[in-house]
Parts: sequence; structure tokens; C-alpha cells
Amino acid sequence: MSFERIKEKLNILADAAKYDVSCSSSGSTRSNKSKGLGDSSGMGICHSYTEDGRCVSLLKILLTNHCIFDCAYCVTRKSNDIKRAAFKVQEVVELTINFYRRNYIEGLFLSSGIFKNPDYTMERLVAVAKKLRLEENFNGYIHLKSIPGASDELMREAGLYADRLSVNIEIPTKKGLKLLAPDKKREDFIKPMEKVKNEIIQYKNEKKIIKSTPKYAPGGQSTQMIIGATGENDYQIMHTSKFFYKKFNLKRVYYSGYVPISYDSRLPQIGSQVPMLRENRLYQTDWLMRFYGFDVSEILNENNQNLDLDIDPKLGWALRNLHEFPIDVNTADKRMLSRIPGVGMKSVYKILHARRFRQLNWDHLKRIGISLNRAQYFLTCNSKLFEKRDLSPATIKSLILQNSSSKYQKTLSNQLSLFG
Amino acid sequence: MLTNSNLIYDGTFDGFLSTIFHVYKYKLDKVKIQSEFRSQNQLFAETQHVETDVIKAERVWKGIKSKASRSGYIQLYYTFLSEELGVENLLLDYIRYMFNTKIYIDKNYTNPSVLKVSKLAKSVGREKHRMEAFVRFKLTKDNIYFANIEPDFNVLPLISKHFTKRYADQSWVIYDLKRKYGLYYDLCKTEIITMNLSADLTVLSKDEAVFATEEMDFQKLWKNYFKSTNIESRKNMKLHTRHVPKRYWKYLSEKQP
Repeated sequence: MSFERIKEKLNILADAAKYDVSCSSSGSTRSNKSKGLGDSSGMGICHSYTEDGRCVSLLKILLTNHCIFDCAYCVTRKSNDIKRAAFKVQEVVELTINFYRRNYIEGLFLSSGIFKNPDYTMERLVAVAKKLRLEENFNGYIHLKSIPGASDELMREAGLYADRLSVNIEIPTKKGLKLLAPDKKREDFIKPMEKVKNEIIQYKNEKKIIKSTPKYAPGGQSTQMIIGATGENDYQIMHTSKFFYKKFNLKRVYYSGYVPISYDSRLPQIGSQVPMLRENRLYQTDWLMRFYGFDVSEILNENNQNLDLDIDPKLGWALRNLHEFPIDVNTADKRMLSRIPGVGMKSVYKILHARRFRQLNWDHLKRIGISLNRAQYFLTCNSKLFEKRDLSPATIKSLILQNSSSKYQKTLSNQLSLFG
Repeated sequence: MLTNSNLIYDGTFDGFLSTIFHVYKYKLDKVKIQSEFRSQNQLFAETQHVETDVIKAERVWKGIKSKASRSGYIQLYYTFLSEELGVENLLLDYIRYMFNTKIYIDKNYTNPSVLKVSKLAKSVGREKHRMEAFVRFKLTKDNIYFANIEPDFNVLPLISKHFTKRYADQSWVIYDLKRKYGLYYDLCKTEIITMNLSADLTVLSKDEAVFATEEMDFQKLWKNYFKSTNIESRKNMKLHTRHVPKRYWKYLSEKQP
């Protein structure tokens, strides 16, 4: 292989793939049984981190950035004047294997612009995965993009070789999609997602009866939404997210703050700030929904359509629901413990274990690692010293903010002044 | 009963367990356990070398396993590998509490020794995970994938299984420069080895006599990839160095100038 030519292609096709934020390599069950290469049965591993602080776990590339579509938000759109390139199937296979052998990566994340037609594109993605599995005996992680419009037969085959499949809905609302990608319809994204979901269920059921049933996409499905390209509020975004989690059993929904890449007047202009803080708050809400037992409507609803930027969403919820507090950490159940601001799920489990040995006091809680600055207004423990004043939500909020320095302080003052 | 004894062992886990056996057998109360590499003479204390005895060690380990949950005895071993000064006495405390209590104690975070052990075990676990991530193999001319590491804690015993399972079809060596021993997998089994590493083979050597011809090309491709996949307008060096602390940079080919 010619390294110079590969280098050039890699630069173009990695650059074009980087706006896909998913880099997860966990959740699969593929182990190395026949003395082959690789294993993805453990937890995911981030082998490096880019200077923007994002994890590098998979070799994330496009097969090609030639595309027949012209979606305004996409850097690979047909009308964009950029260098184009395409990998051969064998080149992707060799790169993956050689990077993997050196412990650079956990596996491959392969996406593509759509050339000729969806089936032609999907066929090539599947060919790469198939070759890695069958010819190279590769058990590393493979994440393939489901190409909207690809045939059911190809989607079925894709799941036999890939650990995870994903299709990005990109724009949270149908209205926004119509504005930015008039050639695409929501249904085009949903069809392959539905197909994969049904196959996963079917293969799982068959496996219960016939043990030798092959694995089908053991890492499940995910999707991604762009944040801040169209005018959606957080309420719309998170409700769309909930819909996709529920309806398609998704493993993850990713939120990607829009990075301006175009002078198109329908979009935020080049040079405008990436909404990273908002993105962070959306992820926190996503976590509350998946791990903390919150329903989205408790945090975002008709009356409260946007997340606070200056405080985290759990604290925001607690301040709107002061009647639920204070909570006694020595008697409360798991559900309520996990609702105390400043107490993460790991601390919840530590509290549950430790309190079987003795009544916990402030000192214990501090040593366990909960954030007292936030938590102190919302709990009681084995101590007479606790907040007895009848404080208003606004007062609590300002007391907490006085004593904390957000890592986003700089961004915050900038972004807040925009709304001010 | 002896009140002040200074027990010296050989620094191995078996040696440590043999010392625990000794402590229990002679019902010693006030003891200080030290590795022979670290020992300091204490005034007014009787110093004694404890022989490593695999059979005694095995008996103690069995006893621990019967009194601890799985995560409890794993934490104990991880904590030992931290090589932290005074870790032996911390673990003696932990073991005594364990043997004196009817229920599993590894989750009693209100006990100072338990909390300390769980924190140290967590740090060692984090270092293990980091090594699984940050090892960078370089292909040598004789077809061995070679990597150096200098972990904060002695994690080679912990990462052996991971690499053996993953790289079953290639020979590899991971060498701990700090502790002067390594793991070698020869396509059948993984063994502990010691070598005389010439200085020029260490770190990111570009020696063409040692490494395969395509090795530098792949390092270049990887470095290029690392650059292309970054989003400049989201640059956040603080977050970057939190995830990849600077002390690891010299082993990461993507971080080389």
C-alpha cells in the first residue's frame, strides 16, 4: 500500500467523519475464541483524547465523502467545494488491522457519503465488516452506519458483522429537517432503525432456543441529533430523544453542538460559538432519564421548556420541588437518594451500603465523596447541624453559586450575555 | 507477648501473606511490616525477616477469600500493588477487621481503613485501565510487538489477561522500565521476563535496525489521524490533559513532535 496516498485519504475522510460524536466501544459481547485478533467483551477503552477533549476509541472514517445529497448542515454536502476521496475496501481493512495490532484503537467506526444509491453504499460498508470478521478473524469492535434507504436484506447482513449500528436523525424536528435537508424525510431514517430493532429482538429470542444462533448487533443501536442548528428548544429535543429511546430500544442518543461549517443563511454563521454548555446540560438530562429514574417531563415540560445554563438540571428540578426535601439519608430509598443534588449514583450505592453499619453523619458523607456545597440544603443526617432556615429557591441557588466555580464560568458569562 | 516488632518481607504478595501468617501465629500486636526494599530500622524494635512460604501464603489467601466478598479480596490485592508507603499495615488493619467481623466489611465506607483501601484500589484500577489504553506497540524486525511502560503502580500482573486475550495471534512484549520486568507472549502463553534493555531501544526509538520498515509509516498515519479527527473550534486543552496526563505523553506516538 502506498502510504502517501493513504495518508491523504485518511486526512480527508477522518476530517469528514469527526462530526459524528459516537465513539462508544462498550456493550458488546464478542470475545476472542479461536486465537484470532481482538476482543470486545470487556468495557470500552478510550485509547487517546483529541485536543478538544473527546475520546478516541475507534478509527472513525468515511468510506467516501462523495455524496448525492445536499443537506445544509453537513460538511460533505454535494454543493460544498471540498476535496473528495474514497477508500478501497481492502485499504480500510488493512488500516484497521494495523492500528488495532498496535493498540491504537478498539475497532472501526465506518460511515459514508451516499454515492450512486443507498444499497450500493451499504453493500460496501458491509463488505468491509465481513472481510474483517471472516478473512481476518477480527473480534474488535465494529460500528457501521445504517444508510437510510438501504434494503432490509443488507441491514440484516450488516448486523451479523457489526457490533453496533446507528443512523443519525440529525435534526430534532420534522420541520427543521424539511428546512435543511429537503431531499430527506424522517421516515427514511426510521425504516432501517425499525428493521434493526426487530432483528435484534428476533435474534435474541432465537438464541434462547437455539444456542448457536449468531450474534446480531450485540452493541445495539444509537443515533445523534445536532443541537443549535435549527431553533428547537430543549423540551423538543429531549422529548424526541425519549421517543427514540422508547420506540427503538436505543442504547444511546448523542447530542452534538452544531459546529458552523457553512455560510448558508439558514444556519448559524461561521465563527459563532459551538453551544458546548447547552450540549453538556442535555447530556446531564439524558443521564437523569436513563440512570436516575427521572421522567423527562419532570425536568422539561410546557412550563419549563429550556434547561438552566448556570445550574445542573437535577439542582434545577430540586429548586422547583423544594416540598420533596429535606431527605433523610439514613432512611430514604434509592429513588429519593438519587434525587439529592450533588449526590451521584456511585455515592447513592455507597450510602446504601455504608448505612447498614451505622448512622451516617456529615463527616461520613463528605468522605464518601458527595458534593456538600449542593447537597447540604437538601438532606438531613445523623447530626443536629443542618439547614434550618426556610430558604427560598433563589436564595439557595445564589448560596450554591457563590461557593462554586463552574468549569464553564467563561463560556457561561459569554453565553448568558447573549440572552441578557 | 512481643509489643514492638519490625517485620521485613521480600516485597512479593506471597511474602506479604506469609508475614500475615506470622503475625497471627505469634499473636503479634504492635507490628510494622516493611518490604526489604523500603525498610528503615526503628529504635527499640525487634527486627525480623519473614521467609516467604507459598504454602502459608496460600492458607492465608484462602482464609481471606472465605471472609471477603469477591470485590473485597480483589480490592485487597489491588491495594497491595499500589506499593504505597505503609500499605502493608493498612492491609493488616483491613484484614484484622475482616477476620473480626461476621459480615463482609468491604462496603463499610465509614471505617477509615476500608475507605482508604477502596480509594487506593480505585487508583490502581484506574492505572490498570490507563495502561490498557496507552500501551503503544511498535513492530520490531523480528516480528514482536514491543511496548515500554512506566506505570505509577505495579499493574503488569493486572493487565496480563487483557492483552493475552486480545492479541492472541501476535507475539508481544510489554516492559515496565521502572520495575525492570515485563510480560512476553509467545503465541502460546504469557510469561514474566527480565531483559537488559539497551538505552536506545527505550521509549520511542526510531532505530531502523530494530523496528520493521513500515513501523514509522503507521506511526505517522496514526499521528495524522489524531490531528484530523480533532475539532479545532471545540479545543479544550484542560480537558485533554485531564484525560491524558502529561506524564504519559512520552509513550504516546500521537503526542510526539
